[in-house]
Amino acid sequence: MSILLDRDTRVIVQGITGRMARLHTKDMVQYGTNVVGGVVPGKGGETVEGVPVFDTVKQAVEATGADASLVFVPPPFAADSIMEAADAGIRYCVCITDGIPAQDMIRVKRYMYRYPKDKRMVLTGPNCAGTISPGKALLGIMPGHIYLPGNVGIIGRSGTLGYEAAAQLKERGIGVSTSVGIGGDPINGSSFRDILERFEQDEDTEVIAMIGEIGGPQEAEAAEYIRDHVTKPVVAYVAGLTAPKGRTMGHAGAIISAFGESASEKVEILSAAGVTVAENPAVIGETIARVIGKAA
Amino acid sequence: MDIHEYQAKELLSNFGVAVPSGALAYSPEQAAYRARELGGDKWIVKAQVHAGGRGKAGGVKLCNSENEIHEACDQMFGRKLVTHQTGPEGKGIYRVYVESAVPIDREIYLGFVLDRSSQRVMIVASSEGGMEIEEISAERPDSIVRSIVEPAVGLQEFQAREIAFNLGLEPRLMQQMVRTLQGCYAAFSELDATMVEINPLVITGDDRVLALDAKMSFDDNALFRHPQIAELRDKSQEDPRESRAADRGLSYVGLDGNIGCIVNGAGLAMATMDTIKLAGGEPANFLDIGGGASPERVAKAFRLVLSDDNVQAVLVNIFAGINRCDWVAEGVVQALRELEIDLPVIVRLAGTNVEEGQKILAKSGLPIIRATTLMEAAERAVGAWRNDLTQNTKMRAV
Repeated sequence: MSILLDRDTRVIVQGITGRMARLHTKDMVQYGTNVVGGVVPGKGGETVEGVPVFDTVKQAVEATGADASLVFVPPPFAADSIMEAADAGIRYCVCITDGIPAQDMIRVKRYMYRYPKDKRMVLTGPNCAGTISPGKALLGIMPGHIYLPGNVGIIGRSGTLGYEAAAQLKERGIGVSTSVGIGGDPINGSSFRDILERFEQDEDTEVIAMIGEIGGPQEAEAAEYIRDHVTKPVVAYVAGLTAPKGRTMGHAGAIISAFGESASEKVEILSAAGVTVAENPAVIGETIARVIGKAA
Repeated sequence: MDIHEYQAKELLSNFGVAVPSGALAYSPEQAAYRARELGGDKWIVKAQVHAGGRGKAGGVKLCNSENEIHEACDQMFGRKLVTHQTGPEGKGIYRVYVESAVPIDREIYLGFVLDRSSQRVMIVASSEGGMEIEEISAERPDSIVRSIVEPAVGLQEFQAREIAFNLGLEPRLMQQMVRTLQGCYAAFSELDATMVEINPLVITGDDRVLALDAKMSFDDNALFRHPQIAELRDKSQEDPRESRAADRGLSYVGLDGNIGCIVNGAGLAMATMDTIKLAGGEPANFLDIGGGASPERVAKAFRLVLSDDNVQAVLVNIFAGINRCDWVAEGVVQALRELEIDLPVIVRLAGTNVEEGQKILAKSGLPIIRATTLMEAAERAVGAWRNDLTQNTKMRAV
């Protein structure tokens, strides 16, 4: 088992004809992801990497039975594409696009709430590297070979820092059930808490690793949820101990603007909730290994 | 992106928010002339800088004559205003705003922000206007009124009334208050703002509701659809290195340390800074060169990092995912050859094709200090910087 994504997930790529989208479609297919189609308005009938392109998501879903989508659409049009996926009955959507206006994302989230919970699409991202269930499927832009299949569930805001953690785990022979990028934007589809809930219910996930950073309330909200509802051990690292207050650190969401948003405050809040905190990024793998040792 | 007070007031007044009459000046003479045009006998001269806390720092002066306006302006123009928000280097004053003084009865705090918990726009108001919101939160939290706006329908009148009544405003002020709140929200949502702050919003002696100060910030990601807002950018208020980085599509934040950082990805960049600190050094900057790391971007990044005179060693940390380490290594070698850098350069590569990348660095003949892990890279960078300090060889290249 894994969460959100497995071998049977039928994937379409929105914006598949773009240069980067083609490249990553190829990588995903090579990894074993079941990519069944693509969507680009006006390019229906073409094929990319052997998969058919459709004009609308609805057409793609009808023709292929797709249930997941990867959005590779430029920022001005990305919000529209996410809503199109939600309306077409896509179950899980990953949005890679970086630079979507925050108010577009507010509208996307509002729009998704039109659907009752059992029919509501799950969105992760935007501005993320995607999701991978190692050995099964890859929905995103991460290098698949740095992940071993296993029992650690990873949730992270940052792409390359997530790779760093996965590589440290691989070095120790530790594998991953699913790794989910929730992205670096202030308004995002899923929070740490949303994904924690899924990992808690996933049989194959034994330990959960959270890779957070400065800015926003989502690490603190996760801490509260962990304290009250999570039985599995949780390990966390929070980047940005040296980040100054009030400055945006690359990610639109990485800015300390209120109490509880600095790295040291988040570390304190997570520790108080019983989370094992890796003090620095070089010991993320080591800390997880220690916790697994204890859990075993 | 931030804009000046006078620009925010103009934008907000287009949305029905009432502001005192005022005019912009680029010199003391012009300021005096503007005051004469405005009429009356009491004016406020306000330094236009992108920072709060101007009043306490001497950037806002009440003047009773043209002479006093001249004096106030002489102390402002060309100087740097240092407030608690600017950092010790301050921000240059090149424009002042001259405003007719108004008789103030009450001061209210009004803020519109993107609330990341509800993932919606939140209005924060307090009857304790004039104080910073941080002070209000600490000292008078009970005075704060909050309201969240439903994005599908916008700010409703009843919500605006609730806020006004909760602030203790009299019914006769209700209409003006509703117009002000709805105007601010409309400006926020139509112009893709990330923050609108009116502090204080005042009730005048003659029952007018006026925005005495105004601050607005905008979503950089939405500027493409607001060219008229993008034009308001004032580079004199930005750190020159950060503006240059932004113009080249790099994300850079200058810090006080001396180990320059070049990293791909924002999270990894912060993690690299943290590791340098842990190893006993201080990072000179945050720099995210983006998920890809082409030779051109690496070269640009080196130029940018080295433009900071405090930098005494450079740490490059690239986790190659999509792109391969051998390609990144070639970029680093090419950049180092072109720029003839005499400072210690520490390179840590990880990810796809890492062995090939290491070989390219080794074969280049350049004095690159290589590292395999993040911790090793940070320790070597700190070590190289210390060594550099003791030998006192601060040779520089451009």
